[in-house]
Amino acid sequence: MITTPFLAEGGKFYMSRYFVKRILETIPLMLVISIFVFMFIHLIPGDPARTIAGLDAEESQVEAIREEYGLNKPIVSQYVDYMVKLFKGDMGRSMKSNVPVSDLIADRMPQTLKLVLAGIIWAPVLGIFIGVVSAINHGKALDHICMLIAIMGLSAPGFWLGLMGIQIFSVELGWLPSGGLDTWKGFVLPSFTMGCGIMAVLARYSRSSMLETLREDYVRTARAKGQKESMVMFAHAFRNSLIQVVTILGLQIGGLLSGSVLTETVFSIPGIGRLLTDSIQFRDYAVTQGLLMMFALQYVLINLIVDLLYGVINPKIRLD
Amino acid sequence: MSDIHENAANNTGFESNYIDENIKADQTSKAKAFVKKFMKRKTAVLGLVIIILLVILAIVGPYLAPYDYNEYDYANVLSGPSAEHWFGTDHYGRDIFSRMLVGTRLTLGVSLSAVVIGAALGTVLGLLAGYYGGIVEMLVMRGSDVLFSFPDILLAIAIVAILGPGIINVLIAVMVFTVPSFARIMRSATLAVKGSLYVEVAQSLGCKDGRLLFVHIFPGTIQSLIVNFTMRIGSAIMAAASLSFLGFGANVTEPEWGAMLSQGRNYIGIASHMVYFPGLVIFVTVLAFNLFGDGLRDTLDPKIK
Repeated sequence: MITTPFLAEGGKFYMSRYFVKRILETIPLMLVISIFVFMFIHLIPGDPARTIAGLDAEESQVEAIREEYGLNKPIVSQYVDYMVKLFKGDMGRSMKSNVPVSDLIADRMPQTLKLVLAGIIWAPVLGIFIGVVSAINHGKALDHICMLIAIMGLSAPGFWLGLMGIQIFSVELGWLPSGGLDTWKGFVLPSFTMGCGIMAVLARYSRSSMLETLREDYVRTARAKGQKESMVMFAHAFRNSLIQVVTILGLQIGGLLSGSVLTETVFSIPGIGRLLTDSIQFRDYAVTQGLLMMFALQYVLINLIVDLLYGVINPKIRLD
Repeated sequence: MSDIHENAANNTGFESNYIDENIKADQTSKAKAFVKKFMKRKTAVLGLVIIILLVILAIVGPYLAPYDYNEYDYANVLSGPSAEHWFGTDHYGRDIFSRMLVGTRLTLGVSLSAVVIGAALGTVLGLLAGYYGGIVEMLVMRGSDVLFSFPDILLAIAIVAILGPGIINVLIAVMVFTVPSFARIMRSATLAVKGSLYVEVAQSLGCKDGRLLFVHIFPGTIQSLIVNFTMRIGSAIMAAASLSFLGFGANVTEPEWGAMLSQGRNYIGIASHMVYFPGLVIFVTVLAFNLFGDGLRDTLDPKIK
């Protein structure tokens, strides 16, 4: 019987069908997404060659740009050329600044990653804590208070919380800066804005996962055997309830990169989220296309990693 | 019961009357049990009350507004809350309270419309996918997978990037990312109901596919639809407000709450009321729908008392 995802008994290397199936399913999905994004951008009205050349440019200049960017080729050829270049790390050039899109992204990515990390440092811990406390005190006042906090965290617009934070802690009290990530204080408000939603979602899922686990037979058995309640809660129920929570956490983190757009706008942080909104406003299609492709593909990859991890943690999933 | 005996004595189809009356009594008692169970959830009731108030405001708000929502008053620019302007004024001297009253209709209208249209499309796709299976199911589910590959806000931004800014395009963007969630849920619900005995009986009696789907199968899936519908409205309001906040939604003259918040951002140090009130209303509205949706889900769940 296969007990691990990769090694069968006897030491032979084996990858269970679940993992192979999941990985193989992702490849056509990523291909379809790339076609979807490419076609999406090409649906935008207007002539990109004219946009690059300028409204007053001569037709010959516009034609030269079409030739240079391959815009006079059939759409399928353009897509194939784009994908070949993408595999080499070339996402084209910005129509506004003529800088390679990959350079623009590389320049801004560290700011966004810092923001994402700041959000995930505290939110999962607090969210899971609230969820577990709520589940242990199911039906009591503490349960209702914890869930009210969670649903309020879910309902409050992150951008409003950020602005309120700036008003109270930066303008009125002067404790924290209103923007930038230069000092540790600069991280506090953006981190809170990014993490609030995750905290709320994880609190709710942790509670429901913990309640489900507490109803399981093995928990009842542990209690019947006379184990201490703390042992039952943490060694049995909590550990097993984490399986589902880890999956949700992975998906939330996957959405954080693109969700950073609102936080970066509030705190004027020059990350890739703001690069996306700026590129849309300036009709810089090459940048928009590159970013959409990157966001979607990373979300799919993170989903895949989460599914594979779930298969590692939960043997019922991968045993065929 | 005396009516039933009288009908039995007169032999005037008392069996069908008896069955009809029992069905009505059963439905009435189920409805009463549902209401009783729902009313136990105080937060859900609070959510429902707030939603009803918001709907009333959406209908009569524009008539109650003390000022025209676009009336400029340059003598009172950025003034704080006062007796004349309960929520203060913005950078053009426009009364924020009036704009928010009028904006209730706009914000709720856009979000509700987007979810209704998305739910309708998603429901039809889900029903077809669950009933027919095969290539129909594959196309619908793979299409949903592609749309689900994008986080909601990103998909909405991408759609607005193509269509251009504007409140109608925000409606379309929110509608598009609503469709796959309904398609998936309705497909699962259809698969669960499809195997029921009454569906099998209807099929064997020669019921056509369309009638089978919408008259027999669809009612059995309504519970899943209603719960998801209520939960999605909150996300739709949040998404529409987010798009307007980013500058992709309503223009500066329209009193959409997210757009008002976006304008308030520029005056945060000197006119914080421009940020407090629109954001607070968005928060309360989304909270009301989430509380109501949670309460409805728990009430419809037979495992929860």
